[in-house]
Amino acid sequence: MPEKPKVGFYWCASCGGCEESVVDLAEQILDVVAAVDIVFWPVAMDFKKSDVEAMPDNAMAAVFINGAIRTTEQEEMARLLRKKSAVVVAYGSCAHLGGIPGLANLVTRQEILSFVYGDAPSNQNAEHIQPQRTIGTNGAAVHLPAFHETVRTLDQVISVDYYLPGCPPTPKLLADAVTALLSGTLPPKGSVLAPDTALCDECPRKESKPNDLVLEAFHRPHQKEVDRDLCLLAQGIVCLGPATRSGCGALCVDGNMACTGCFGPTSHVRDQGAKILSAVASGMAARESDAIKVALEGIPDPAGSFYRYSVPASLLRKRIDH
Amino acid sequence: MNEQQPQPAPSWEPRIVAFFCNWCTYTAADLAGVSRLRHAPNARIIRVMCSGRVDPQFILEAFARGADGVLLGGCHPGDCHYMEGNYKTLRRMELLKRMLAQFGIEEQRFRLEWISASEGERVKTVINEMTEQLRTLGPLALPRRFADWDKELEPLAHALASTEEAAHA
Repeated sequence: MPEKPKVGFYWCASCGGCEESVVDLAEQILDVVAAVDIVFWPVAMDFKKSDVEAMPDNAMAAVFINGAIRTTEQEEMARLLRKKSAVVVAYGSCAHLGGIPGLANLVTRQEILSFVYGDAPSNQNAEHIQPQRTIGTNGAAVHLPAFHETVRTLDQVISVDYYLPGCPPTPKLLADAVTALLSGTLPPKGSVLAPDTALCDECPRKESKPNDLVLEAFHRPHQKEVDRDLCLLAQGIVCLGPATRSGCGALCVDGNMACTGCFGPTSHVRDQGAKILSAVASGMAARESDAIKVALEGIPDPAGSFYRYSVPASLLRKRIDH
Repeated sequence: MNEQQPQPAPSWEPRIVAFFCNWCTYTAADLAGVSRLRHAPNARIIRVMCSGRVDPQFILEAFARGADGVLLGGCHPGDCHYMEGNYKTLRRMELLKRMLAQFGIEEQRFRLEWISASEGERVKTVINEMTEQLRTLGPLALPRRFADWDKELEPLAHALASTEEAAHA
């Protein structure tokens, strides 16, 4: 019997949802396990970094890396896995675009450390002790990875062959990707393994989207009883559908929640936040500066709303610290 | 830790990317030219058919590629050649201004002006004012900042490269 292709999974700055989504393959995971050998998956199986180091270069057919890159440990593992795998797949929004951890690029590293180890109301750390790179304990030195100033997408650190979008990617997308990998039918390198149309294209409420939006005000989901059948944007709910790639099956809209943009933009758009900003703003009814300002109070955090998963991948990348 | 602020080179001059609509502001800039009005040479003018054609991505990209300021000029409200273009611009740019502030870009670096075809003098005033404001603010220098931010990746990249070399030796 010929040797089965080897694959690995790894996580960086992420919540663990992407790891869950692999298990969400349900019984299909048995087909995957039958077809490939999983040789590295720290969250589920007992492999060590040294096992990876011992592999010859390109020993793995593919490695699925989720999470953004924030620490030197994540950076080092990403570089190592790049060497050991023929194909690197950025798995999920954080590896693809920076994801929720990427929102930390709107504050500085020092602000994070001061808050988390000092000012956070739940803290009991009167001396504001912060983690150090090296500490001595019981006569031994313990080293911690460095916490970078900037959160990065995976492809800002290593070269990436494919992207599986989503927070997390859906089981169908993962199954399709594994099938394409095994059958050698992967698209050109650099592709996002999802359709290249906007979410509105597969939205069940598509028919109710007016040609011209006339938005008097914006509402956050908890401020309004949301009609289950009507286009969310037409109801004044900021929905990122027009600037977001399809492929999820409009799951959030199905749950009566607006799209928050986790699949990132289509290939025609460079900067997802700027694009949805443009679409949302031009749909407003107001024509005078003062009225526009009043309506915009309904969007108190434009950067967080429009770049919820994509600050590190945006054109500006992070807040400038003056 | 505050990042090091880019220090202007002695020869530094503010760079403004100016998107002017074909029907009003670009014509006004043309008028300023034929009227031999002198203004600061710091604006690179890009003619677009309508201020409404200016995608917010263009403005972010101008900053990301080294502009110190971006100026957007269109027809006065009610005068748009395409009826609604400048209203859309106004809405988008009000929202964009809020977002730029969240990214730490000072408000004087982005300016929206309505300048009609007859207001050549206004083109001169706006470009001169903006140039002076940017001179006070100093360079935005995003390309240099991006390179500075990425220096934190160098130690590990270098360490791995030298291990690699040692392994091959």
